[in-house]
Amino acid sequence: MKKIIVLGALALLLSSCSGNWGWYVVDPTLPKGLINLKFLISGLYYTVLLSVTAILISVVVGLLVALPGLSPNKYLRGFNRVYVEIIRAIPILVLILWVYYGLPQISGYTISVFWAGVIALALSDSAFEAEIFRAGIQSIDKGQYEASHTISLNYVDTMRFIILPQAIRRILPALGNQLVYMLKMSSLVSVVGMQELTRKANELVVTEYRPLEIYTVLLLEYLALILVVSAIVRWFENKMNTDQR
Amino acid sequence: MADGQSTNQPIIEIESISKFFGEFQALKNVSLNVNLGERVVICGPSGSGKSTLIRCINQLEHHETGEIQVDSVELDGSKDALNAIRANVGMVFQQFNLFPHLTVLENLSLGQIRARGKSKTEARELSMQYLERVRIPEQADKFPRQLSGGQQQRVAIARSLCMEPKILLFDEPTSALDPEMINEVLDVMVELAESGMTMICVTHEMGFARKVADTMVFMDHGEIVENCSPDKFFDQPDSQRCRDFLQKILHH
Repeated sequence: MKKIIVLGALALLLSSCSGNWGWYVVDPTLPKGLINLKFLISGLYYTVLLSVTAILISVVVGLLVALPGLSPNKYLRGFNRVYVEIIRAIPILVLILWVYYGLPQISGYTISVFWAGVIALALSDSAFEAEIFRAGIQSIDKGQYEASHTISLNYVDTMRFIILPQAIRRILPALGNQLVYMLKMSSLVSVVGMQELTRKANELVVTEYRPLEIYTVLLLEYLALILVVSAIVRWFENKMNTDQR
Repeated sequence: MADGQSTNQPIIEIESISKFFGEFQALKNVSLNVNLGERVVICGPSGSGKSTLIRCINQLEHHETGEIQVDSVELDGSKDALNAIRANVGMVFQQFNLFPHLTVLENLSLGQIRARGKSKTEARELSMQYLERVRIPEQADKFPRQLSGGQQQRVAIARSLCMEPKILLFDEPTSALDPEMINEVLDVMVELAESGMTMICVTHEMGFARKVADTMVFMDHGEIVENCSPDKFFDQPDSQRCRDFLQKILHH
């Protein structure tokens, strides 16, 4: 939070010594500025909802894709490789356009901007999640599986009670990374008309013609959001670590 | 010395099994019979196939040729056979392999609850009973990393006992321990042996072997070289390899 205040103060300071700034467009003390500011911040709802929905789905799909990748069966491993390599190779923006404009033509169903965004982001991210899970699970000692075998746990219970709880602790920093990445990439869904932070800023720029100030606010919005997310991830990491002692 | 609790009822019958790791043959036509209540100690130089042999008994490794019957169940690689032997055969590992994210009590209860369908209270009761037997009931709510090596290994033994197996396998249970902790683990194992548990121990603790073993097995290069009573084993083993080995480990 300190960082935001410092950055904000710096920006205001700069504005006072240059004629090119026009903070009035987002000045909360002015009636018009306040309306504009509220308009910009109103995008937060969809940015957060979109990112959180997408990451939840991508974690589940990622796990389901990671598990076959650890199988002794080569066809299951092959499925994992093909999925990861293909999905990972598609730029997120391209996937968003394809899902929103292309998918309805194949499926015959129109799709809302929100769900197009969720599907594209979740799909794209799931390949990365799958690799993170695979790395985490592979890092668990073989002896844990063997001990689990000797107390008669089946595969699902072994994963659920023994392997995943340990693996997830280890991959939390990487999962946090993906969450931050996803929040940022959600800005791309603005191109198909999703009313999130970036889209709101773009729309305001068109009417106010003050890109410098408006995009600066946009930048600060993302910064604040991501600092909050980072803090939550850190807190979660600490909590999980202390639980273990 | 053995106190004669061993019966004549065979519970493990191993018939000339072989096991390969790639080109390397870890077991060469190994045969071994173990009776209910018998205490077998297996020793031999490292890489001689001792661990592989006992890991085949509970199917952590799968033998390529030959036959293993445990409690009249043929280990043919089928799921039913696997489930049957897992229920009957417990194992204690060199590295303990406790679950680090669970408390001692949870380590002991998990298998009972998930694999045996016991209630939490039932599981807790039995867990505490076995923790008392290995003499660390006061550590029930701690995490494994808070315990000493010797305590961890005793928890691991209790965890196996909680599944109420007919046979317990020990894979060098004291090799990863600091010297001053070896005895607390061996004491528990001696007590178990005296209670009539069928045990197969891979260990180099010859004092323990003399005390509890009904049968001594010496392995070298994937073969059983010697299979005899402890008296014969320690005083007049047949093979030169065994004599050399004993001289090495008893000579200081």
